Amino acid sequence: MASHMTRRTALGSAVALGFAASSLGLTGKADAQAKTDMPAKANAQPPTVFTLPPLPYAFDALQPHIDAKTMELHHGKHHQAFINNLNTAAAEYPGLLNKPIQDILKDLASLPEAVRMLARNNLGGHANHSMYWQIMGKPGTKPDSEISAIIERDFGGLEKLQTAFNTAAAKVFGSGWAFVTVSSDGKLAIEARPNQDSPLMDGKRVLFGNDVWEHAYYLNYQNRRPDYLKSWWNVLNWDKVSERYKQAKAGTLVI
Amino acid sequence: MSFTLADLPYAHDALQPYMSKETLEYHHDKHHLAYVNNGNNLVKGTEWEGKSLEDVVKGSFGKNAGLFNNAGQHYNHMHFWNWMKPNGGGAIPGKLEAKIITDLGSVEKMKEDFIQAGITQFGSGWAWIALKNGKLEIMKSANGESPLVMGATPILGCDVWEHSYYIDYRNRRPDYLKAFIDHLVNWEYVDQLFEKAAV
Repeated sequence: MASHMTRRTALGSAVALGFAASSLGLTGKADAQAKTDMPAKANAQPPTVFTLPPLPYAFDALQPHIDAKTMELHHGKHHQAFINNLNTAAAEYPGLLNKPIQDILKDLASLPEAVRMLARNNLGGHANHSMYWQIMGKPGTKPDSEISAIIERDFGGLEKLQTAFNTAAAKVFGSGWAFVTVSSDGKLAIEARPNQDSPLMDGKRVLFGNDVWEHAYYLNYQNRRPDYLKSWWNVLNWDKVSERYKQAKAGTLVI
Repeated sequence: MSFTLADLPYAHDALQPYMSKETLEYHHDKHHLAYVNNGNNLVKGTEWEGKSLEDVVKGSFGKNAGLFNNAGQHYNHMHFWNWMKPNGGGAIPGKLEAKIITDLGSVEKMKEDFIQAGITQFGSGWAWIALKNGKLEIMKSANGESPLVMGATPILGCDVWEHSYYIDYRNRRPDYLKAFIDHLVNWEYVDQLFEKAAV
């Protein structure tokens, strides 16, 4: 009965609902229910829908460096699982995940505790993987003169960048990522993160990154992560890296 | 005392079809061996050199990450091989079963919660049954951590690093955990650790 009244009142204003709920002395559970209903009805806003970005190349495009089966599972199962979890969460907590991904990740602390870890893991995973598919491609691209000069300036050359990056990635104990971040003035830096954490969580921007969860390489390289790391540079799409570098400096790079 | 890699207590193909020969070859002969070798290198010259494995694990936790990771994983894997056996997962010895029912609800509930702990361990890690302050608890831990560093004694653990199941189960971690608890667990070994911890 009380619940019916609450629902009807909710069609009025949020203020009226708050008053009705407290004056009726509703139980905590019904109160929580009313609060959940309120923003959805007041704003008539549908939950955010997350979708799996299509792989910008065929599953076998990165062979022999990354095999087709790994790509199929990694994109179609692992990334899809993050998407599914996010859609479940978006339906359960309407309004909380309807901001740009980079804005949510930068401010995870402002999310209610019940959603925070879920967003950290799944939205982090969604952002990291969306970046990862984009910055890989058919072997054969080369760094252009602008990015080469920056790499020379910040790392002392491509080989030094590769060695430092691979060392950081090899050192991740358990699951995680290695990234090259780019500041708004174009400075590059290497950092590693556990699980699906991302430099986006500190408001930074990622130029490119490599996934060192075992699912990224186990079918092809098993325990030999260093071999995967070495081979992976063959599928880094330098054209995309250059594009992202320009976007970072222009302030338009998002994830 | 340096760390050494013991042989598997069964043939590499003994746990098929639930865990393949290939998985055990990589997992025992490569991954576990790397933890042993790295652990031996990293313990040299530290205050833990010559200490028992359990003391190294507990002592280095929070103080020496490299050593802790490798010693912790050596400890976890040393037991993991014994926590499994061919045709495992059968009846649970009576006293342990009674304790499971008292502390964890029922055998079915224990299995369900153990599987859930493994599924919800995000990233690499382990699912556990441990004895803490005289009571059994279901726990989970990240990477090389274990109940040893949570003030408890593990009596059963399942490795949920992807290298433990990716060849056989791919992304289907829940299927691996179910197979482990239903067909692989060596409850006699769990019982031995329980008896020892309960003293």
